[in-house]
Amino acid sequence: MNAIKFLFAAYIATWVIHGAYLASLVRRFGRLRRELKEVGKGK
Amino acid sequence: MKKTFTILSVITAVLLVYALYQALVVAPTDAQQGDVYRIIYYHVPSAWTAFLLFFINFIASIQYLVSGKASTKTAAKWIVIATGVVGVIACFLPAVQRSIPAGMRPSAVATTVLLIPIFYFLIGKFFPGQNLDVLAVTTAEVGVVFCTIVLVTGPIWARPVWGIWWAPGDIRLTSTLVLWLIYVSYLVLRRFSNSAQTQMLAAALAVFGALDVPLVYFSIWFFRTQHPQPVIGGGGSMDPRMLHVLLISWMAFLCFAFLVCWSRFRLELLQREIEEAHAMESLAGAGGGASLPISRSSR
Repeated sequence: MNAIKFLFAAYIATWVIHGAYLASLVRRFGRLRRELKEVGKGK
Repeated sequence: MKKTFTILSVITAVLLVYALYQALVVAPTDAQQGDVYRIIYYHVPSAWTAFLLFFINFIASIQYLVSGKASTKTAAKWIVIATGVVGVIACFLPAVQRSIPAGMRPSAVATTVLLIPIFYFLIGKFFPGQNLDVLAVTTAEVGVVFCTIVLVTGPIWARPVWGIWWAPGDIRLTSTLVLWLIYVSYLVLRRFSNSAQTQMLAAALAVFGALDVPLVYFSIWFFRTQHPQPVIGGGGSMDPRMLHVLLISWMAFLCFAFLVCWSRFRLELLQREIEEAHAMESLAGAGGGASLPISRSSR
């Protein structure tokens, strides 16, 4: 029973890491799109 | 393009759910380890994906380093062809086969060697010029994410099976940690260096960093280690039903890695577009106004 905890911990850890990375990509995309708009306005 | 991405995302999501179902429900329970062995369906595919991404990073970095001069590019092309041909032939020579560690199949070594020219020419064809550098940074970053998962799930698996989280001095574990550190330094270099030589320096670091990948992989044969033998390429034995699930899981993770790399690649292109726009703006305003700093926010 205790071993199952390790199994789920490993699976959850995997998706937490992927989720955190995907969230960072979305955040960076948002920031760049705003920056691109500003550059466009500057022209 | 957006439609293709959406379709691929749906296929990947279905594949990931199917792989999870296979891993948790369909795959048989291991006689010795029980259910905890099922960590293998995330740990091993993540390691293979990380190795593949670092390998692509290695090839893209070499292509980038030699792309400056036509003669160097031609020489590199012939060296890669020679490596592929000689490597494959050598794997089937009895003298060379004797030096291959017991349990490792010569055909597996030959296939790995053959991947070098195949990837070299494919990457050169589909990622010309600066796109090579974009591909290199993309694969390094996504590779680090997958390598992080290997380093996190490994100890979680080791604790109930070995009784310890980490085996200090174990060559497989240490070389994997070193590999992760090398690519983290690669990303740090790219993030914080503003020198004109950054891309070249990063490419050189990537070439040396990639040398750690074979050390990680072959360490099991050449050194005494607690880590079990690999399930593909010889050495280890695995129930065919387990192997089937493992390959499905790897397929799902490969599709996922491809989508993440695609997004990261587009992000890098957008970043460079903005940097270029800022540079043009500062050039235009160089007569009277202050120049704008070049944004590096996405890295």
